Order: sequence, then structure tokens, then C-alpha cells
Amino acid sequence: MSARLRGHAPFAAVAVLLLVVAPLALPAFRLDELAKYLCFAIAALGIGLAWGQGGMLTLGQGVFFGLGGYATAMYLKLHDAGGDLPDFMVWSGVEELPALWRPFGAAGFALAAVVAVPVAVVLGALVFRQRVRGAYFAILTQALAAAFVILLVGQQGLTGGTNGLTNFYDVFGRDPEAEGTQRTLYFVTAGVLGALYLGARQLVRSRFGRLLVAVRDGEDRVRFLGYNPATVKTVTFAVSAGMAGLAGALFVPVVGIISPSLLGVVPSLELVVAVAVGGRYALAGAVLGAIVMNYAKTSFSEQWAGGWLYLEGALFVLVMTLAPRGAAGLYEQARDALARRRGTPAPAARPREAAT
Amino acid sequence: MRKPFLRPLAAAALLPAALLTACGGQDGGNASAGAGGNDGNTIKVGILHSLSGTMAISEVTVKNSESLATDEINARGGLLGKRLQPIVEDGASDWPTFAQKAQKLIRKDRVATVFGGWTSASRKAMLPVFERNKALLWYPVQYEGLESSPYIFYTGATTNQQIVPGLDYLKEKDKKRIYLVGSDYVFPRTANKIIKAYAQANGMQILGEEYTPLGHTEYSTLVNKIGEAKPDAVFNTLNGDSNVAFFKQLRSAGFDAGRLPVMSVSVAEEEVKGIGVQNIAGHPVAWNYYQTTGGRANEAFVRAFQARHRGAVTSDPMEAGYNAVHLWAEAVRRAGTTDVEAVKKAAAGLSLDLPEGRVTIDGATQHVHKTARIGVVQPDGLIKEVWSSREPIRPDPYLRSYPWAAGLSS
Amino acid sequence: MTSLLNQLPIGLSIGAVLLLTALGLTFTFGQMGVVNMAHGEFLMAGAYTAYLLQDWAGAQAVPVALPVAFLVAGALGWVLERTAIRHFYGRPLDTLLLTWGVSLILQQAARDLFGAPNVQVVAPSWLTGRVGLSGATLPHARLFIMALAVACVVGIWAYLGRSRQGRRMRAVMQNRELAAVSGVATGRVDQLTFFIGSGLAGVAGVALTLVGPVGPSIGTYYIVDAFLVVVAGGLGQLRGAVIAALALGMLNSFAEFWTDASLAKVVVFAVVVAFLQVRPQGLFVLRSRALT
Repeated sequence: MSARLRGHAPFAAVAVLLLVVAPLALPAFRLDELAKYLCFAIAALGIGLAWGQGGMLTLGQGVFFGLGGYATAMYLKLHDAGGDLPDFMVWSGVEELPALWRPFGAAGFALAAVVAVPVAVVLGALVFRQRVRGAYFAILTQALAAAFVILLVGQQGLTGGTNGLTNFYDVFGRDPEAEGTQRTLYFVTAGVLGALYLGARQLVRSRFGRLLVAVRDGEDRVRFLGYNPATVKTVTFAVSAGMAGLAGALFVPVVGIISPSLLGVVPSLELVVAVAVGGRYALAGAVLGAIVMNYAKTSFSEQWAGGWLYLEGALFVLVMTLAPRGAAGLYEQARDALARRRGTPAPAARPREAAT
Repeated sequence: MRKPFLRPLAAAALLPAALLTACGGQDGGNASAGAGGNDGNTIKVGILHSLSGTMAISEVTVKNSESLATDEINARGGLLGKRLQPIVEDGASDWPTFAQKAQKLIRKDRVATVFGGWTSASRKAMLPVFERNKALLWYPVQYEGLESSPYIFYTGATTNQQIVPGLDYLKEKDKKRIYLVGSDYVFPRTANKIIKAYAQANGMQILGEEYTPLGHTEYSTLVNKIGEAKPDAVFNTLNGDSNVAFFKQLRSAGFDAGRLPVMSVSVAEEEVKGIGVQNIAGHPVAWNYYQTTGGRANEAFVRAFQARHRGAVTSDPMEAGYNAVHLWAEAVRRAGTTDVEAVKKAAAGLSLDLPEGRVTIDGATQHVHKTARIGVVQPDGLIKEVWSSREPIRPDPYLRSYPWAAGLSS
Repeated sequence: MTSLLNQLPIGLSIGAVLLLTALGLTFTFGQMGVVNMAHGEFLMAGAYTAYLLQDWAGAQAVPVALPVAFLVAGALGWVLERTAIRHFYGRPLDTLLLTWGVSLILQQAARDLFGAPNVQVVAPSWLTGRVGLSGATLPHARLFIMALAVACVVGIWAYLGRSRQGRRMRAVMQNRELAAVSGVATGRVDQLTFFIGSGLAGVAGVALTLVGPVGPSIGTYYIVDAFLVVVAGGLGQLRGAVIAALALGMLNSFAEFWTDASLAKVVVFAVVVAFLQVRPQGLFVLRSRALT
């Protein structure tokens, strides 16, 4: 019982920190930034699941983030326009509401939260059944992100082009720039992150989670045991895409904009970087990596603009070379070393380095 | 199962939260300082451009000219007896970052005004932040028009001060069959809409309209299409690196300025160096200012800028950024305060002699009256004026005074 | 009609650019399983080499720079292999992330060394002309790039097939353990392979100065396309890369002719994804009985 309690203590500590301390201590403007990091953390959680647990290095999470984000933004735009055309369509020369936009008028937000999932299911089913994996899968998803951005930018009348969608006046009946709204959105985001984290942890500990790790470490062996790895992978990929979509859906009201510059090859890679730095094999590492890296990026670029690229690159090279399991891995090593010195046996075996 | 999954979460979550909290303390301190960036002996102003990423190429130079202007004001005794303290932020070529940094400048630093932005996308992203916070943005780049925010001053050209004169020039030179080439984003698409309306009203013919993704470098197919269409001239709204590839490949396919002039609206002195003079010499460009523009104010500006940045050239957006700082400072002087509404009122109708000549702020649109100038790229890399509108053109961002443009801005 | 015919040589020349940028990757990715995201920055290093050589080679900087850029980019690659990549064999996904970090550093370094704006490399006068070919015109610069691509392919083919070193390289690629026990110093072969692969990127970078910009971010323009060529061609397959590059070049050329540049790019991506559904391992597969 006490051990179990101890297991939950850190989660409770973080929850208190995020839900009580941060809102009290931070001015609304910094809290809004933290909410943005939490959105990235939700997407990172999905990557932790797909990559850390499932071995699928997805470099195209920006696509799903974008699907969720654009769906929300379309809903908000239609809501603001109230029957008229959204502002950017007017200056793009669009004369009537495109059919693609219609469904988002009514059920917009509900759609936004799930729109990424079917796309991921179709894509995953196609790709995994053909046993496209490892670096092939990574490059394929990266190309997908590149193509998605080109498509978004090219359809200016539909998507707002490079500008993206911005300037929302009314977010669920509130002024998005008011401090009260930003506070509320922060709590919603933190709550969603907490719930998803607990859900993901449950998934990892379940039978399915063990199967997923088995697929990562020896896909063919799992197949010979009578399971279908393609299904396992597709489901995980869809869950991870759903998280990215939800992150995008929350990002839009929090930050007030969605644009292709958030979804391309580089932002998708940056998410993966954050997960790697935090520790890919631990879901908590993924979440923390996203928060810390994005915080570091903001604060560092306030001091020395060009330096961030050096720092990010160097940090990355160092982490990959010296601590491929990231901060969470270092933490575990330190804890084990401590435990050994105290004479207690080290905890159960850690995940094997994935071969691909 | 392994319980301590969460331990690292707890340990590391404390770090950013603690750091953020530390920042929060500072924020609180600043919040109590006087409003409008008016803090003791200094007035804070924000400078917000991309200092990293793809747009840094262009925006760093504007940041430099804006810094030059704030230093000049300080050297002449400051503003309202106080020193200007520029706070420089990096928009990182990323539009949401622009919005976020604008919010930081307004809410944390409490700046009196912000000078910043280059791409339309960054302006559109910042617009709601400035409007909701009732803060001022000075935007220094030519753009696609169809906008007039009460909290933005536009010191670059709008369409009737750059694109329309560019077309007037082509028409005067009897170039009636035009091919449109642009990067795939808002400015080229809107510009081309205007060009098509103009062409229809002026008996010109549009033979083709092509867009390429930002950063595109493969133009042989496009050059082939242009060769097939045989236009009299190309109207070019490509952006950044694509211009280099386009001009190189156009020239190597045998099209030089004599055979097929390309009118560019996003190629200034700075870009000519990267494209290579031999690839672009002789082609016309449309702007409101060149390094070679005459007048004392410009001589002083070029000298001061080159004293700081050896071998640098000065270009239209740099000059517009420099103008923005001086126009704002003059408005503050007249208002006697940095209060946003008072400054806006004082700025209406304000007129100053600046490097491009006499510049007057139009109170209704918050754009400026500017002289349009067509220039031709010279073999030394500078641009020589060959045509001008002679006097400043009144800004008309919605093209309301042009009958052929009816229906464009509805 | 003539302009449609014109698209054939244009497709060839787009294919040649793709092939040149991807050739080095068939070594580093195909033979060694290293997903080198810094490959684009090795291109950039080659381009800047040509820029710097203008100081003493003047207008002939481009041909002079070809061998120099091979050595410069090769040396960069060799350093990268020695310091970092050699710890990562068998972990291609980790090399992807590692080399991405390296590419960020190299880009920013270029920005600090040469400035953010593009620089210009003047093409020698004998490369600025063009030839007419039954109505179609081909610039000399394009012909030069095609010739260079052919020369590189022939060189590699001869090296792999005819030289001792090349045969060792293939041996290591096909079965590392067996090669090792047969007395091949696999570590040294890896170094050489990476040197050559990176050096080829440098050569491609010089060629690209003839048609494109020279600036800190040029690597990012070519890297995704280059990987697509290698993936579609099949890992480590020279003929696969050649055919894939030409096919994608042609596809790009005609798709853009009939639609526009943005759509053409999307079409190319879509076709590669669809193609991988049919042949998940690319055009040519290295047969192996190994599991995963």
C-alpha cells in the first residue's frame, strides 16, 4: 500500500505544481506560455507511446497536430463569421463557403478532437500491413509532413495559406485574449494532459502494452506467436495521432493561431527531439522533455537568438551519444546506483535498446 | 510493474515551473512600473524581427536600421527628456512566435510601441494581439493591402504605391502581354488578383499565372512554360531564395533583360548580391526608395548605416523601418506623451523629410504617402531610378479610388 | 508541342539533380544504414567551397571546386563518422536524430561564418550558353550537371565492382560479421564509405551553385527529395537510385507542366507512398535471409 502510494506521489506533486502553484505564481502571460508547452507535451506523449513503446519513429506528427488545429480553427472562424465568409476567404477571392468547411460549422470542436484518428488508421493500416518500418517509416512520415504543408499553403482560399488561421474573436463565448480565458484554457489543457498521461500509462501496463513492446523488440517473433503486429501498430499509431490531434485542437484557442509553419518537417522533428531528450522509454520523460525543451527555446531565444540552434544541436548530439535514453534514463541510472550503494536490489530489467 | 515511471516527471517538472515562477516575480515588478513603457528615465520600445530562421536574411537588416534610428534619437537628447531603450526580440521566422513575443513585449516589458514584422503572415499573427491590448505596431514592409488596423501603422508601400505603378510603367513601355510568377503565399496571390483586374481594364493580357512553394529551386519547367507563352514581360512576386534559382535558370535558358524584362517587387539591393548581378542586371524593380535616391536625408542615412555595417547596402524595407522609428518619435514629441491614443492622434497628418523624400502619415488609413519609383539593376549591384511618380501617392489599401478595382476588396 | 517535348530533357535534368544529391546517400544510408540528415549540409559545404575558391580560381571556381569540395565534405563526413556515428551502427533511427542535431549546428555555423544572405558563385562563361535540340533548348549548366551525374555513377560503379576497396565495401554491406571474420577491417571500410558518401554530397553542392541559391539553408531544400529517391530505389542499390531519380525527375517535370509546382511536389510524394505500398523495400531489394 505504501509502495503504491509512493508510486503516485510524484504524479500528485506534479499535479499540485501545475494546477495550484503555477496558476498562483505566474502572471497570465507566462501561464499562457506554459499552456502552450503543455499542448506540445500532449503531442509528445503520443510520440513517446508510438516511438518509445512501439518503435515507430513518426516524423510526421505535425500532420495530425495540424488536422486537429485546423479543425478547431475552422470551427472558431465560422463561429466568428456568423453566417458570413471568414475574413481570409474574402481577401483570397473565395465567394461561397467551400464544402470542406461545412461540417465544421456545427460539430466543429467534437470533430477537431478526433479528425486525426481515421486518417492515422487508414495510413497505418496501409503502411504497416506492407511491413514498412524503421527508417523507411520515418522517412515516409517525414515526406508526408512536407507534402501536407505544401498542400495547405497552396490552397489559400481553403486554409489561409502560409498565414494560417488566426484572429479569433470569440472562443466558446469568451474573449481569447482576456486573462480569465487564458487561465481557464490553461486548466483545461493541464487536465487533458493529466488524463491522457494516466490513460497512456494504463495502456502501457496492460496486456496490449506488453504486446506493443514485444512488437518493437521483435516484430517477426510476435507474428510467429500468432499475433498480428500490423493491428497492434495501427492502433498505437492511431492513439498517438489522436493525441497529436487533440494537442492541436487545444493549441488553437491557447495560442490563437494555427499555421503551416507549425506542422512541417522541422516542428515535427523538434517534437521528437524533445521526447528523445526527456527519455523515450518513459512516458513521463516524453512529457517533460517537451515542456523543458520548449521552455528552453523560448527563454534562450529571448537572450541570444542564433544560439538556440547551436544549443539544440549540441544538446541533441550529446544526448544521443552519451545518454540515448534521455533524462529519464539518466535518472534511472542514478537511482539504481544509489540503490546499489544502499544494498537494495535494482528494480526490474529496463527496456532493451531497440534494434531499429 | 515499474512504478517509478513518474519520478523523473516530478523531478524535472519542478525545473521549468520554478524558472517560470522566477520570471513571474520579475514580471510582477515590471507591471507596477509606469504604463506605456514610460519608466523613470527611459522609454522602452520593442523591436521584433526574425533574427533566426529563413526570414533572418531580410529582417536582420531592418532591425539594424531601426536600431540606428533609436540611437540617433538618443544621441540627439532622447525623447521627452528620456532615453529610448530598445528591447529586441526574435520572431524566429515563425508566426505564432511573433504573436507570443508581441504579447511579451506588451505585457511584460510594457513597451511604448513595437517596430516589427516582415511577412504578411507575421503581421496577421500579431494583429489580434495589438488590437486586443490596444498597443501600437509599426510595420515597415511593402505588403498586399486590404488591411487597415487601427493599431498598426504601415510605413511600407501598399499596392497602389508599388504594384500599380509597376504596371503603369510596363504599360508605358508597351509591354502588354504579361506572365505572372510568384511564391505560393498571400502577397503574390493578392498582388496577382490586382494585376489581373488592372490588365483587364487597361487592355493588357495575362498569359499565365504560376505559383511555386516557398524555397522552391527548380524552375526549368516554369521557364519552359514562359518560353512557350512568349510574353513581353514577367511580373515577379517570388520571395527569397527562389529568386536566385529563378533568375539563374531564366538566364541560362537564354532570357536576358533585353529579351524578357522581369519586373520584381521583392528584390532589393540586398537580394541582388545573392542572385548575382550578372543574372539580374538590366531587369526592372518597383519600390519607393533606393540606396541611390537623391537628397540630403538619404546621404546621411546611407553614411550612418555604412559606418556601422561596412560594405552594407540600404534597401527600401530598411529605410521604411528607419522611417517608422522617426515618425513615431515625432508623433510622441507632438503628443507630449507615449500614450497610444494620443500618439495616434498626433501622428495623423504628420510630415517628415526622410531618406525617400517627404513622407506624410495618412490619418484615416495609418499608411504613409510615398513616391513610387521604378529602378533598373545596374552592373555594380545598385539600383538606378528610371521612372517615378514624381510626387507622393496617397495610400489606398483597398484601392477604392480605382474604378477597375471595384469588387476586389468587397 | 515543342514545349511538351522540352519537358523530356527537363525531366532528365531534374532527375540528374536528384541523382547527384542522392548518390552520396546510397552509400551512407544504403550501405551503412545511417540516415544522415546532415547530408544537405554537406551539399552546402560543397557550395560554399566553390564560393570561397572564387578568390583565387576566379571564374573557373566551379570546375576547380569539384575535387576540393569532394575532399572538404568528405573530411566533414569522416570527422562526423569518427566522433559520433561509429557508436550508432545498427541504430538507424538514432543516427537520424543525431545527424539532425549536427545539421542544425552546421547551418548556424554557416550563418555565422558567411552571413545569413545568399552569396553568389559566378558560373564560368562556357557554362552559361545553351544548345538547341530539335526545338528544345538545353542550358550548358544542365548538360554539365547531367554529365557530372553520369560520371559519378560510372565512377562509383567501377569502384564498387572493380577495385579491391569497393569489393570490401560490398562485402561489409552484405554481411558485416562474415566480412569481419574474413579479415576485412570493417571499421576502416566504414570510414572510407562515409568519406565517399559525404564527398559526393560536396560535389553535388558545387553543381547546384549553377542552378540554385548558395546560402545557409540550401541543404533543407534538397534533403527530403534525396531521401525519397533512395527509399524508392531500394537501399544500397546504385541502379535503383538511378532509375528512381530519373523516374521522379520525369514525373516532376510532366506533373508540373500540366498542373503547377506545388501540386507536382504533392503528386511526387503521393506516387512514392503508393509505390512503397507495392514494393515496400524499393525498386531493387538486397536479398537476405535475415530477420528484421
